Amino acid sequence: MIEVKDLHKAFDGSPVLKGISTVFEKGKTNLIIGQSGSGKTVFMKCLLGLIIPDSGTICYEGQIYSQLTPEQQRDLRQEMGMVFQGSALFDSMTVEGNVMFPLEMFARQSRSEMQDRVEFVLRRVNLADAHKKYPAEISGGMQKRVAIARAIVMNPKYLFCDEPNSGLDPRTAILIDNLIQEITREYNITTVINTHDMNSVMEIGEKIVFLKDGIKEWEGTNRDIFRTDNEAVSNFVYSSELFKKVRQMYLEERD
Amino acid sequence: MKFNILIFTHATATHYPMNYLASIGSYAIMVREVFKKPTKWRIMKSLILKEIDDLIFGSLGIIIFISFFIGGVVAIQTALNISNPLIPRNLIGFATRQSVILEFAPTFTSIIMAGKVGSYITSSIGTMRVTEQIDALEVMGVNSLNYLVFPKIVAMFFYPFAVAIAMYIGILGGWIAGVFGGFSSSADFVEGLQLDFIPYHVTYSFIKSVVFAFVIATVPSYHGYYMKGGALEVGKAATVSFVWTSVVIIILNYVLTQLMLG
Ligand SMILES: Nc1ncnc2c1ncn2[C@@H]1O[C@H](COP(=O)(O)OP(=O)(O)O)[C@@H](O)[C@H]1O
Ligand SMILES: [Mg+2]
Repeated sequence: MIEVKDLHKAFDGSPVLKGISTVFEKGKTNLIIGQSGSGKTVFMKCLLGLIIPDSGTICYEGQIYSQLTPEQQRDLRQEMGMVFQGSALFDSMTVEGNVMFPLEMFARQSRSEMQDRVEFVLRRVNLADAHKKYPAEISGGMQKRVAIARAIVMNPKYLFCDEPNSGLDPRTAILIDNLIQEITREYNITTVINTHDMNSVMEIGEKIVFLKDGIKEWEGTNRDIFRTDNEAVSNFVYSSELFKKVRQMYLEERD
Repeated sequence: MKFNILIFTHATATHYPMNYLASIGSYAIMVREVFKKPTKWRIMKSLILKEIDDLIFGSLGIIIFISFFIGGVVAIQTALNISNPLIPRNLIGFATRQSVILEFAPTFTSIIMAGKVGSYITSSIGTMRVTEQIDALEVMGVNSLNYLVFPKIVAMFFYPFAVAIAMYIGILGGWIAGVFGGFSSSADFVEGLQLDFIPYHVTYSFIKSVVFAFVIATVPSYHGYYMKGGALEVGKAATVSFVWTSVVIIILNYVLTQLMLG
């Protein structure tokens, strides 16, 4: 579980996060949604410790990050996995090398144990036959799978995904969403996902935090979001023609 | 002014230095970070070997090519400028040796390296920055500066060997151009090479190479590591990095020459 209290962050005097408080629960896919530029990535990088917030606290199972020693922070970091927006695979390494990398760096295991673990996670993300390929040689969807495999190879307690299905076709996007949700449940991980994709919201929005201009405008589940009378949320949810039509039909049916 | 624009677009991600001093400060902080929290030796060893291959062996071809012809040109230019019969013919070998050892091998080669190796370093680290590969390293708890920059610094410690080759090839080029161009006899040339030889000049030249090697490894890394933007900015960063690496080399060349020979 991650508890965030009154998080503030400004860059050169212009505020990006203006006091965000929320809770991300274990074993659930927690979504942060909002338009581009609303501060989702900055928020996530604060959760990861990549950006240091100006004020506010972030608490991981009761441990306040900023009060930990650098060694404790490092240990905590190793319980986190991250799937970056563009996958961020190391392009000088093969698929296998990418997934092996965190193990080689930090795990105290024998070579064959590491190999087994890599084999296991690659199979878990349904990638059994791309080991020797380089990131540039595989499709975007496969790159995302490798990124997920790399993020979970160290058995993280926390998984962060920044727009995991951006740039993917709708079918692949849903497969990736479902994969993340399955893994979250299977290993009881606290998963936080940035997205602006309404399909993800519908599919895996077990807890949704809606950001607007650096403020938490609304939070709830994917059941609540279609019924809320919060105008900003409705504008976001029904910004596409498809969803407008769905709502129209829904309202007509009810009448 | 042009340089102000350069440094402004090149501001670091964290500090936005608007002046030279702030840039020098964040460069110094970067260099200090490089030596903290080292990567596992087993992994670092293979990174270093790879960088030696890329940065040093990968540059030998161009270094040999340029040194050979520069040495030749120096010999011809010297020969053409001796019209007075009182000047001994061995001056051609002497002048070639002095120019090649003191300046062409260490300094000119370093400027070439700033272009070839420097822009490679900036664009490879810059690409890792804009595609969030550096963030990925940091999330895993890897000291990305140590992982990326330290092996380059170590590899560049082998650069004086490349400079030694440049000296040898430069003088060889001078001898070939001098003798086969009909400007000098082989005996005169070799006599000139041995005339008033001061071993300290070679030491001076190697010390310069070590300093330049450090600049070539770190200044382009700085420009790549702290860059912002996308693919287009990577290209711009590589250009700016070349300009600054050269400027720093030229200034240090002056300072070191004053200190060591002046
Ligand atoms: N390192 C940074 N320096 C300055 N401004 C930044 C930085 N990172 C993000 N921003 C600004 O913060 C705002 C939110 O960005 P971001 O979190 O990336 O949005 P989102 O991920 O929701 O699209 C943007 O206006 C962006 O320009
Ligand atoms: Mg974003």
